[in-house]
Amino acid sequence: MESRLRFFLLSMVLFSVGCSSTATKPSVDPSANSAAPAEQVGTEPNPDKEIIQTDPVIQPDVKRREVKESDINTENFEIGAFFGVISIEDFASAPVYGLRLDYHITEDLFIQGSYGQSEAGTTSFERLSGGLQLLTDEQRQYTYYNVSIGYNLLPGEAFITRNTTFNTSFYLIAGAGSTEFAGDDMFTVVWGAGYSITANGWLAIHLDFRDHIFDIAVTGEEKTTNNLEATIGLNYYF
Amino acid sequence: MRNCLLTLLLFLFASAASTGAIAEEDEHFVKVADPYIEMHTGPGRGYPIFYVIPRGEWVQLLYRKTSWFQVTSEDGKQGWVSAGQLAMTLNPSGKRVDIKDPDEKDFIVRNWEYGVTIGRFGADLGEINNGLAVLTLYGGYHFTENISNEIIFSQASGTAQSKTIFSLLNIVHEPFPDWTVSPFFTLGTGWIQTKPKSTLVATRDRTDQYANFGFGVRMHLTKRFLLRAEYKEYVVFTSRDDNEEIKEWKAGFGFFF
Repeated sequence: MESRLRFFLLSMVLFSVGCSSTATKPSVDPSANSAAPAEQVGTEPNPDKEIIQTDPVIQPDVKRREVKESDINTENFEIGAFFGVISIEDFASAPVYGLRLDYHITEDLFIQGSYGQSEAGTTSFERLSGGLQLLTDEQRQYTYYNVSIGYNLLPGEAFITRNTTFNTSFYLIAGAGSTEFAGDDMFTVVWGAGYSITANGWLAIHLDFRDHIFDIAVTGEEKTTNNLEATIGLNYYF
Repeated sequence: MRNCLLTLLLFLFASAASTGAIAEEDEHFVKVADPYIEMHTGPGRGYPIFYVIPRGEWVQLLYRKTSWFQVTSEDGKQGWVSAGQLAMTLNPSGKRVDIKDPDEKDFIVRNWEYGVTIGRFGADLGEINNGLAVLTLYGGYHFTENISNEIIFSQASGTAQSKTIFSLLNIVHEPFPDWTVSPFFTLGTGWIQTKPKSTLVATRDRTDQYANFGFGVRMHLTKRFLLRAEYKEYVVFTSRDDNEEIKEWKAGFGFFF
């Protein structure tokens, strides 16, 4: 903020200096022109003096700013949306969509926060038994969030055409979070892998596979469930 | 719950916006001072080197991604150069460009800190399998090197109940910030929502205020990474006759700006 203000003030000063110099020019030039013929009449033209009198065509004011690390735009964050399919154990597969925020700490490691939601279908038991319902509509809402650490295991390049190359990465990811489903919050462990294609400086496409593991007691006894998720996402670097 | 997460997210964005000092129209040029610098096709050590820029040439810095800079050479080639090599370039005044990765010194004077910890809620240290699994997201702002405030969002889940803990006020005092393993003490208050499992009948959700104190350690790991472990003791002001006392153990990682 401060640097912008400084830049603004500096440019105002430069602008006013520029204006004043152009304003004074006409009054200077005639005198220079009138002085030159007077000299040329009496004596031989002095080459040194001529050079001095010539106004420089271009002012060498190409001032390159000092580069400070903090001035350079960083692109360590990625934000994006994803959609795909999740298989909610015992409750069929359903579309899933959500948001992701990534922070790249090093070229190898990143932290990712995800939030997703889906709606569970019916169990085979519910379908076969006729009208019986294990869960209310509200309890079928499946929402989760998690925070994971990712590791860029296989960074590389994809050669789409002869002249088009995209940077890619195959990464492993693991973390923890919480899932809200069947009226309860469950501590959830997440792990998986993904593949990212950086389309240009600011856009990346992600293909992700995750396993969400949590304990649930909805079908009677508490048991550990694996809920597999496959998604495609579009991320924006900033 | 969503509101709590949103607050934390806004907190994160606020700091991201404040740290990412963006100068859109500025063009940053530096002069190569080493015999040459190498241009990679991508921001990583494994990406092939496709071009070298000799000493004396100017390069324009475009973006930074982790420890890599995207640069354009005088003849228009665009590629990625490591921060280590760019530190060997010169500013227009002839001084070294001050480019480095965040280190221990930056860690001590950090302003913002975020992290995730996991652990057990409501268990003694000896019987760690008891209690609830707890996941905590936190964001902190440092007023001084020693004093900071943290916003905390925790979720603890077990077989019989789940708890959501939310706190806007959590003062952290770090007496020796320059120690490698730096101890800290916390004092905080917030709300704790207890939600019995839906399979249990005739129980209701309840929200109580709590106060807690705790202690822990933090350690700078590398670059913007830190490790953190802590213990907290909660006193929950329930509507019953007795206050509830809960112990919490957790460890995790964070990053700072």
